[in-house]
Amino acid sequence: MKGLATSRLPIYALGGLAVAMFPAPAEAHLNSTGMGPIYDGLMHFFLSPEDLVPVLALALWTGLRGASYGRRALFVLPSTWLLGGLLGSTASATNGSAVLSSIWFLLLGGLLAADAQLSLRVITALAALVGMCHGYVNGTGMGPPGAATVALLGLVLAVFVLVAIAAAFVVRLRAEWARIAVRVAGSWIAASGLLLLGWAARRG
Amino acid sequence: MKGPATGVGSAGPLPVPAPVASGKRIGPLLPANSDRLLLPGIATLVFLLLSVQTAFAHVQNGEAAGFLSGFRHPISGLDHVLAMVAVGLWGAQLGAPAIWLLPVTFPMVMAVGGMLALMGVGLPGIEYGIAASAILLGAAVMFEVRPPLVVAATLVGGFAIFHGHAHGTELPPGQSPLLYSMGFVMATGCLHAAGIGIGTVHRWAWGKKLLRLAGAVVTGGGVFFLWKALA
Repeated sequence: MKGLATSRLPIYALGGLAVAMFPAPAEAHLNSTGMGPIYDGLMHFFLSPEDLVPVLALALWTGLRGASYGRRALFVLPSTWLLGGLLGSTASATNGSAVLSSIWFLLLGGLLAADAQLSLRVITALAALVGMCHGYVNGTGMGPPGAATVALLGLVLAVFVLVAIAAAFVVRLRAEWARIAVRVAGSWIAASGLLLLGWAARRG
Repeated sequence: MKGPATGVGSAGPLPVPAPVASGKRIGPLLPANSDRLLLPGIATLVFLLLSVQTAFAHVQNGEAAGFLSGFRHPISGLDHVLAMVAVGLWGAQLGAPAIWLLPVTFPMVMAVGGMLALMGVGLPGIEYGIAASAILLGAAVMFEVRPPLVVAATLVGGFAIFHGHAHGTELPPGQSPLLYSMGFVMATGCLHAAGIGIGTVHRWAWGKKLLRLAGAVVTGGGVFFLWKALA
Protein backbone atom coordinates (compact mmCIF):
# COMPACT_ATOMS: atom_id res chain seq x y z
CA MET A 1 0.00 0.00 0.00
CA LYS A 2 1.30 3.43 -0.92
CA GLY A 3 0.05 5.06 2.27
CA LEU A 4 1.83 2.52 4.43
CA ALA A 5 5.31 3.31 3.06
CA THR A 6 4.92 7.06 3.34
CA SER A 7 3.25 6.86 6.76
CA ARG A 8 6.46 5.41 8.21
CA LEU A 9 8.37 8.58 7.36
CA PRO A 10 7.22 10.61 10.41
CA ILE A 11 8.12 7.67 12.64
CA TYR A 12 11.64 7.55 11.23
CA ALA A 13 11.95 11.32 11.46
CA LEU A 14 10.75 11.23 15.07
CA GLY A 15 13.25 8.48 15.86
CA GLY A 16 16.05 10.47 14.26
CA LEU A 17 15.02 13.58 16.17
CA ALA A 18 14.96 11.63 19.44
CA VAL A 19 18.48 10.35 18.80
CA ALA A 20 19.65 13.85 17.91
CA MET A 21 18.17 15.18 21.16
CA PHE A 22 20.38 12.91 23.24
CA PRO A 23 23.85 13.25 21.75
CA ALA A 24 26.84 11.50 23.23
CA PRO A 25 29.69 13.68 24.47
CA ALA A 26 31.49 15.14 21.48
CA GLU A 27 34.97 14.28 22.78
CA ALA A 28 36.40 16.82 20.42
CA HIS A 29 39.67 16.96 22.29
CA LEU A 30 39.90 13.21 22.78
CA ASN A 31 41.26 13.40 26.32
CA SER A 32 38.86 10.78 27.55
CA THR A 33 39.35 8.36 24.67
CA GLY A 34 43.14 8.33 24.79
CA MET A 35 43.18 8.79 21.01
CA GLY A 36 44.24 12.41 21.27
CA PRO A 37 48.00 11.93 20.82
CA ILE A 38 47.45 9.71 17.78
CA TYR A 39 45.46 12.42 16.06
CA ASP A 40 47.87 15.09 17.29
CA GLY A 41 50.70 13.30 15.55
CA LEU A 42 48.65 12.63 12.46
CA MET A 43 47.47 16.20 12.12
CA HIS A 44 50.90 17.57 12.96
CA PHE A 45 52.22 15.88 9.85
CA PHE A 46 49.41 16.99 7.58
CA LEU A 47 49.59 20.58 8.85
CA SER A 48 53.39 20.89 8.60
CA PRO A 49 54.39 21.57 5.00
CA GLU A 50 58.07 21.28 5.87
CA ASP A 51 57.41 17.60 6.66
CA LEU A 52 54.57 16.90 4.27
CA VAL A 53 56.03 18.24 1.02
CA PRO A 54 59.39 16.40 1.07
CA VAL A 55 57.56 13.15 1.84
CA LEU A 56 55.15 13.83 -1.02
CA ALA A 57 58.08 14.53 -3.36
CA LEU A 58 59.83 11.32 -2.33
CA ALA A 59 56.64 9.29 -2.74
CA LEU A 60 55.95 10.74 -6.20
CA TRP A 61 59.52 10.20 -7.29
CA THR A 62 59.69 6.59 -6.13
CA GLY A 63 56.30 6.01 -7.73
CA LEU A 64 57.67 7.32 -11.02
CA ARG A 65 60.62 4.96 -10.75
CA GLY A 66 58.37 1.92 -10.31
CA ALA A 67 56.48 -0.26 -7.85
CA SER A 68 59.55 -1.81 -6.22
CA TYR A 69 60.96 1.63 -5.45
CA GLY A 70 57.64 2.80 -4.08
CA ARG A 71 57.39 -0.25 -1.85
CA ARG A 72 60.88 0.35 -0.52
CA ALA A 73 60.08 3.95 0.38
CA LEU A 74 56.76 2.86 1.87
CA PHE A 75 58.47 0.78 4.54
CA VAL A 76 61.85 2.45 4.95
CA LEU A 77 60.61 6.02 5.39
CA PRO A 78 58.06 5.44 8.20
CA SER A 79 60.30 3.00 10.08
CA THR A 80 63.29 5.34 10.05
CA TRP A 81 60.99 8.25 10.90
CA LEU A 82 59.86 6.34 13.98
CA LEU A 83 63.43 5.50 14.91
CA GLY A 84 64.55 9.10 14.48
CA GLY A 85 61.55 10.30 16.48
CA LEU A 86 62.31 7.97 19.35
CA LEU A 87 65.91 9.17 19.38
CA GLY A 88 64.76 12.77 19.21
CA SER A 89 62.31 12.37 22.09
CA THR A 90 65.26 11.75 24.43
CA ALA A 91 67.08 14.90 23.27
CA SER A 92 66.42 18.51 24.15
CA ALA A 93 63.96 20.43 22.00
CA THR A 94 65.26 21.93 18.77
CA ASN A 95 63.49 23.87 16.07
CA GLY A 96 63.69 22.63 12.52
CA SER A 97 66.15 24.60 10.45
CA ALA A 98 64.74 26.52 7.50
CA VAL A 99 67.96 25.86 5.60
CA LEU A 100 67.60 22.12 6.13
CA SER A 101 63.96 22.23 5.02
CA SER A 102 64.89 24.17 1.91
CA ILE A 103 67.62 21.66 1.09
CA TRP A 104 65.13 18.78 1.29
CA PHE A 105 62.71 20.70 -0.92
CA LEU A 106 65.45 21.40 -3.44
CA LEU A 107 66.92 17.91 -3.43
CA LEU A 108 63.73 15.85 -3.52
CA GLY A 109 61.87 18.27 -5.77
CA GLY A 110 64.85 18.36 -8.12
CA LEU A 111 65.13 14.56 -8.20
CA LEU A 112 61.43 14.32 -8.95
CA ALA A 113 61.57 16.99 -11.66
CA ALA A 114 64.54 15.27 -13.29
CA ASP A 115 63.02 11.80 -12.78
CA ALA A 116 66.52 10.84 -11.63
CA GLN A 117 67.33 7.23 -12.43
CA LEU A 118 69.05 6.33 -9.17
CA SER A 119 69.51 2.79 -7.93
CA LEU A 120 67.29 1.12 -5.36
CA ARG A 121 70.10 1.24 -2.80
CA VAL A 122 70.58 4.98 -3.17
CA ILE A 123 66.85 5.58 -2.93
CA THR A 124 66.68 3.40 0.18
CA ALA A 125 69.52 5.35 1.77
CA LEU A 126 67.90 8.64 0.85
CA ALA A 127 64.52 7.59 2.25
CA ALA A 128 66.23 6.49 5.46
CA LEU A 129 68.03 9.82 5.72
CA VAL A 130 64.83 11.79 5.18
CA GLY A 131 63.06 9.68 7.79
CA MET A 132 65.80 9.98 10.37
CA CYS A 133 66.24 13.74 9.96
CA HIS A 134 62.56 14.64 10.02
CA GLY A 135 61.74 12.07 12.69
CA TYR A 136 64.49 13.38 14.94
CA VAL A 137 63.32 16.98 14.63
CA ASN A 138 59.70 15.90 15.24
CA GLY A 139 60.74 13.80 18.23
CA THR A 140 62.53 16.66 19.96
CA GLY A 141 59.41 18.78 19.84
CA MET A 142 56.94 16.22 21.12
CA GLY A 143 57.58 16.48 24.81
CA PRO A 144 58.33 13.70 27.28
CA PRO A 145 58.27 10.04 26.17
CA GLY A 146 54.92 8.35 26.68
CA ALA A 147 52.33 10.52 25.03
CA ALA A 148 55.06 11.60 22.61
CA THR A 149 55.55 8.02 21.48
CA VAL A 150 51.84 7.64 20.78
CA ALA A 151 51.85 10.93 18.86
CA LEU A 152 54.85 9.71 16.93
CA LEU A 153 52.95 6.58 15.98
CA GLY A 154 50.13 8.72 14.61
CA LEU A 155 52.63 10.77 12.67
CA VAL A 156 54.36 7.70 11.24
CA LEU A 157 50.98 6.29 10.29
CA ALA A 158 50.25 9.48 8.36
CA VAL A 159 53.61 9.20 6.57
CA PHE A 160 52.83 5.60 5.65
CA VAL A 161 49.39 6.47 4.30
CA LEU A 162 50.65 9.42 2.26
CA VAL A 163 53.51 7.44 0.70
CA ALA A 164 51.17 4.53 -0.05
CA ILE A 165 48.56 6.70 -1.75
CA ALA A 166 50.92 9.03 -3.63
CA ALA A 167 53.34 6.35 -4.85
CA ALA A 168 50.52 3.99 -5.86
CA PHE A 169 48.81 6.82 -7.72
CA VAL A 170 51.92 7.56 -9.75
CA VAL A 171 52.93 3.93 -10.38
CA ARG A 172 49.80 3.34 -12.39
CA LEU A 173 50.22 6.45 -14.55
CA ARG A 174 51.04 5.49 -18.11
CA ALA A 175 50.14 8.60 -20.11
CA GLU A 176 53.23 10.65 -20.88
CA TRP A 177 51.55 13.96 -20.09
CA ALA A 178 50.48 12.69 -16.67
CA ARG A 179 54.01 11.63 -15.78
CA ILE A 180 55.29 15.01 -16.96
CA ALA A 181 52.69 16.76 -14.80
CA VAL A 182 54.09 14.90 -11.78
CA ARG A 183 57.58 16.06 -12.71
CA VAL A 184 56.34 19.63 -13.08
CA ALA A 185 55.07 19.37 -9.49
CA GLY A 186 58.63 18.43 -8.55
CA SER A 187 59.95 21.57 -10.18
CA TRP A 188 57.48 23.61 -8.15
CA ILE A 189 58.69 21.98 -4.95
CA ALA A 190 62.31 22.68 -5.88
CA ALA A 191 61.47 26.30 -6.74
CA SER A 192 59.74 26.71 -3.37
CA GLY A 193 62.90 25.34 -1.76
CA LEU A 194 65.01 27.94 -3.54
CA LEU A 195 62.80 30.74 -2.29
CA LEU A 196 62.83 29.31 1.22
CA LEU A 197 66.62 29.24 1.07
CA GLY A 198 66.52 32.93 0.22
CA TRP A 199 64.25 33.64 3.20
CA ALA A 200 66.60 31.69 5.46
CA ALA A 201 69.59 33.64 4.14
CA ARG A 202 67.74 36.90 4.67
CA ARG A 203 66.94 36.05 8.28
CA GLY A 204 70.60 35.23 8.79
CA MET B 1 -7.55 -1.44 -1.65
CA LYS B 2 -5.10 -2.57 -4.23
CA GLY B 3 -2.74 -0.25 -6.03
CA PRO B 4 -1.55 -0.59 -9.62
CA ALA B 5 1.11 -3.19 -10.37
CA THR B 6 4.63 -1.73 -10.23
CA GLY B 7 6.90 -4.65 -10.90
CA VAL B 8 9.08 -3.75 -7.91
CA GLY B 9 7.25 -5.70 -5.26
CA SER B 10 4.47 -4.75 -2.93
CA ALA B 11 6.73 -3.48 -0.11
CA GLY B 12 8.21 -0.55 -2.03
CA PRO B 13 6.57 2.84 -2.54
CA LEU B 14 4.53 3.22 -5.64
CA PRO B 15 5.47 5.63 -8.44
CA VAL B 16 3.43 8.77 -8.75
CA PRO B 17 1.91 9.11 -12.21
CA ALA B 18 3.36 12.00 -14.14
CA PRO B 19 0.94 14.85 -14.75
CA VAL B 20 -0.28 15.43 -18.25
CA ALA B 21 -0.52 18.98 -19.53
CA SER B 22 -1.67 20.02 -22.99
CA GLY B 23 -1.45 16.45 -24.15
CA LYS B 24 2.28 16.29 -23.36
CA ARG B 25 3.56 14.02 -20.60
CA ILE B 26 5.61 15.90 -18.01
CA GLY B 27 8.11 13.87 -15.98
CA PRO B 28 8.07 14.02 -12.16
CA LEU B 29 10.48 16.45 -10.52
CA LEU B 30 11.95 13.70 -8.36
CA PRO B 31 12.85 10.19 -9.49
CA ALA B 32 10.22 7.53 -8.86
CA ASN B 33 12.29 5.97 -6.08
CA SER B 34 12.89 9.28 -4.27
CA ASP B 35 11.04 7.99 -1.19
CA ARG B 36 13.58 5.21 -0.92
CA LEU B 37 16.45 7.68 -1.10
CA LEU B 38 14.87 10.00 1.45
CA LEU B 39 15.25 7.75 4.47
CA PRO B 40 18.93 6.90 3.92
CA GLY B 41 19.46 10.59 3.26
CA ILE B 42 17.89 11.61 6.56
CA ALA B 43 19.82 8.87 8.36
CA THR B 44 23.10 10.09 6.83
CA LEU B 45 22.33 13.67 7.76
CA VAL B 46 21.55 12.73 11.35
CA PHE B 47 24.71 10.63 11.50
CA LEU B 48 26.82 13.53 10.21
CA LEU B 49 25.22 15.91 12.71
CA LEU B 50 26.06 13.54 15.52
CA SER B 51 29.65 12.95 14.36
CA VAL B 52 31.27 16.01 15.88
CA GLN B 53 34.70 16.80 14.52
CA THR B 54 37.52 18.70 16.14
CA ALA B 55 37.47 22.29 14.98
CA PHE B 56 41.21 22.88 14.27
CA ALA B 57 40.41 26.56 14.52
CA HIS B 58 43.89 27.57 15.57
CA VAL B 59 46.19 27.24 12.59
CA GLN B 60 49.79 28.20 13.08
CA ASN B 61 50.52 31.88 12.93
CA GLY B 62 50.06 33.25 9.45
CA GLU B 63 49.91 29.90 7.65
CA ALA B 64 46.63 30.26 5.78
CA ALA B 65 47.26 33.90 5.01
CA GLY B 66 50.83 33.16 3.92
CA PHE B 67 49.75 30.74 1.22
CA LEU B 68 46.99 32.98 -0.05
CA SER B 69 49.24 36.05 -0.07
CA GLY B 70 51.81 34.15 -2.08
CA PHE B 71 49.20 32.75 -4.43
CA ARG B 72 47.63 36.14 -5.03
CA HIS B 73 50.93 37.87 -5.67
CA PRO B 74 51.71 36.76 -9.25
CA ILE B 75 48.10 37.14 -10.37
CA SER B 76 47.71 40.61 -8.89
CA GLY B 77 49.89 42.35 -11.49
CA LEU B 78 48.78 42.34 -15.12
CA ASP B 79 52.35 42.68 -16.39
CA HIS B 80 53.31 39.43 -14.68
CA VAL B 81 50.14 37.68 -15.77
CA LEU B 82 50.69 38.59 -19.43
CA ALA B 83 54.27 37.32 -19.46
CA MET B 84 53.49 34.08 -17.64
CA VAL B 85 50.50 33.25 -19.79
CA ALA B 86 52.63 34.04 -22.86
CA VAL B 87 55.15 31.42 -21.72
CA GLY B 88 52.37 28.81 -21.75
CA LEU B 89 51.07 30.03 -25.12
CA TRP B 90 54.52 29.85 -26.67
CA GLY B 91 55.15 26.41 -25.22
CA ALA B 92 51.86 25.18 -26.70
CA GLN B 93 52.82 26.63 -30.08
CA LEU B 94 56.25 24.99 -30.03
CA GLY B 95 54.92 21.62 -28.87
CA ALA B 96 56.86 18.92 -27.00
CA PRO B 97 59.27 19.15 -25.28
CA ALA B 98 59.01 22.95 -25.04
CA ILE B 99 55.40 22.71 -23.87
CA TRP B 100 56.57 21.39 -20.50
CA LEU B 101 60.20 22.51 -20.47
CA LEU B 102 59.45 26.24 -20.67
CA PRO B 103 56.88 26.20 -17.83
CA VAL B 104 59.37 24.24 -15.71
CA THR B 105 62.21 26.61 -16.51
CA PHE B 106 60.28 29.75 -15.64
CA PRO B 107 59.37 28.97 -11.98
CA MET B 108 62.80 27.51 -11.27
CA VAL B 109 64.72 30.52 -12.57
CA MET B 110 62.13 32.88 -11.13
CA ALA B 111 62.86 31.35 -7.73
CA VAL B 112 66.55 32.06 -8.30
CA GLY B 113 65.64 35.69 -8.98
CA GLY B 114 63.56 35.77 -5.81
CA MET B 115 66.39 34.23 -3.83
CA LEU B 116 68.85 36.82 -5.15
CA ALA B 117 66.48 39.59 -4.08
CA LEU B 118 66.10 38.08 -0.63
CA MET B 119 69.85 37.86 -0.27
CA GLY B 120 70.14 41.53 -1.11
CA VAL B 121 71.65 41.14 -4.57
CA GLY B 122 70.41 44.07 -6.64
CA LEU B 123 69.25 43.91 -10.23
CA PRO B 124 68.94 47.06 -12.33
CA GLY B 125 66.01 47.84 -14.61
CA ILE B 126 63.57 45.32 -13.19
CA GLU B 127 60.45 47.09 -14.45
CA TYR B 128 61.95 47.42 -17.94
CA GLY B 129 62.88 43.74 -17.89
CA ILE B 130 59.35 42.72 -16.97
CA ALA B 131 57.83 44.92 -19.68
CA ALA B 132 60.37 43.63 -22.21
CA SER B 133 59.45 40.05 -21.28
CA ALA B 134 55.83 40.68 -22.21
CA ILE B 135 56.86 42.40 -25.46
CA LEU B 136 59.29 39.72 -26.62
CA LEU B 137 57.34 36.67 -25.45
CA GLY B 138 54.17 38.12 -26.98
CA ALA B 139 56.06 38.81 -30.21
CA ALA B 140 57.36 35.23 -30.22
CA VAL B 141 53.77 34.00 -30.05
CA MET B 142 52.53 36.56 -32.56
CA PHE B 143 55.14 35.64 -35.20
CA GLU B 144 55.20 31.97 -34.18
CA VAL B 145 58.96 32.10 -33.74
CA ARG B 146 60.56 28.63 -33.51
CA PRO B 147 64.10 28.99 -32.17
CA PRO B 148 66.15 26.02 -30.88
CA LEU B 149 64.92 24.78 -27.51
CA VAL B 150 67.99 26.06 -25.67
CA VAL B 151 67.45 29.57 -27.01
CA ALA B 152 63.75 29.53 -26.04
CA ALA B 153 64.54 28.23 -22.54
CA THR B 154 67.31 30.80 -22.08
CA LEU B 155 65.04 33.64 -23.16
CA VAL B 156 62.25 32.51 -20.82
CA GLY B 157 64.68 31.88 -17.97
CA GLY B 158 66.37 35.24 -18.43
CA PHE B 159 63.10 37.10 -18.08
CA ALA B 160 62.01 34.92 -15.17
CA ILE B 161 64.82 36.40 -13.07
CA PHE B 162 63.24 39.85 -13.34
CA HIS B 163 59.82 38.56 -12.32
CA GLY B 164 61.23 36.61 -9.38
CA HIS B 165 63.34 39.52 -8.22
CA ALA B 166 60.36 41.87 -8.31
CA HIS B 167 58.20 39.55 -6.22
CA GLY B 168 60.77 37.96 -3.98
CA THR B 169 60.98 40.42 -1.15
CA GLU B 170 57.34 41.20 -0.60
CA LEU B 171 56.36 38.80 2.19
CA PRO B 172 53.78 40.49 4.45
CA PRO B 173 54.92 40.50 8.09
CA GLY B 174 53.90 37.61 10.34
CA GLN B 175 53.30 35.10 7.56
CA SER B 176 54.96 31.81 6.80
CA PRO B 177 57.78 32.22 4.23
CA LEU B 178 57.45 28.60 3.15
CA LEU B 179 53.73 28.77 2.44
CA TYR B 180 54.11 32.16 0.81
CA SER B 181 56.77 30.70 -1.47
CA MET B 182 54.66 27.66 -2.29
CA GLY B 183 51.62 29.78 -3.10
CA PHE B 184 53.76 32.08 -5.20
CA VAL B 185 55.25 29.24 -7.26
CA MET B 186 51.94 27.41 -7.62
CA ALA B 187 50.17 30.52 -8.90
CA THR B 188 52.94 31.03 -11.44
CA GLY B 189 52.59 27.43 -12.56
CA CYS B 190 48.82 27.81 -12.83
CA LEU B 191 49.26 30.86 -15.07
CA HIS B 192 51.52 28.82 -17.34
CA ALA B 193 48.95 26.03 -17.31
CA ALA B 194 46.27 28.54 -18.30
CA GLY B 195 48.47 29.63 -21.19
CA ILE B 196 48.99 26.03 -22.27
CA GLY B 197 45.26 25.39 -21.98
CA ILE B 198 44.48 28.36 -24.21
CA GLY B 199 47.28 27.28 -26.51
CA THR B 200 45.64 23.95 -27.25
CA VAL B 201 43.53 25.76 -29.84
CA HIS B 202 46.70 25.72 -31.94
CA ARG B 203 45.62 22.44 -33.55
CA TRP B 204 42.94 24.26 -35.55
CA ALA B 205 43.57 26.82 -38.29
CA TRP B 206 41.38 29.41 -36.62
CA GLY B 207 43.10 28.61 -33.32
CA LYS B 208 46.51 29.44 -34.80
CA LYS B 209 45.22 32.84 -35.84
CA LEU B 210 43.66 33.34 -32.41
CA LEU B 211 46.94 32.50 -30.71
CA ARG B 212 48.82 34.99 -32.85
CA LEU B 213 46.23 37.57 -31.94
CA ALA B 214 46.72 36.73 -28.25
CA GLY B 215 50.46 37.23 -28.77
CA ALA B 216 49.76 40.64 -30.24
CA VAL B 217 47.64 41.54 -27.20
CA VAL B 218 50.47 40.48 -24.87
CA THR B 219 52.96 42.54 -26.86
CA GLY B 220 50.62 45.54 -26.74
CA GLY B 221 50.35 45.13 -22.97
CA GLY B 222 54.13 44.96 -22.71
CA VAL B 223 54.51 48.18 -24.71
CA PHE B 224 52.02 49.87 -22.38
CA PHE B 225 53.93 48.77 -19.28
CA LEU B 226 57.25 49.82 -20.80
CA TRP B 227 55.78 53.22 -21.55
CA LYS B 228 54.58 53.43 -17.96
CA ALA B 229 58.00 52.45 -16.65
CA LEU B 230 59.71 55.07 -18.82
CA ALA B 231 57.24 57.81 -17.95
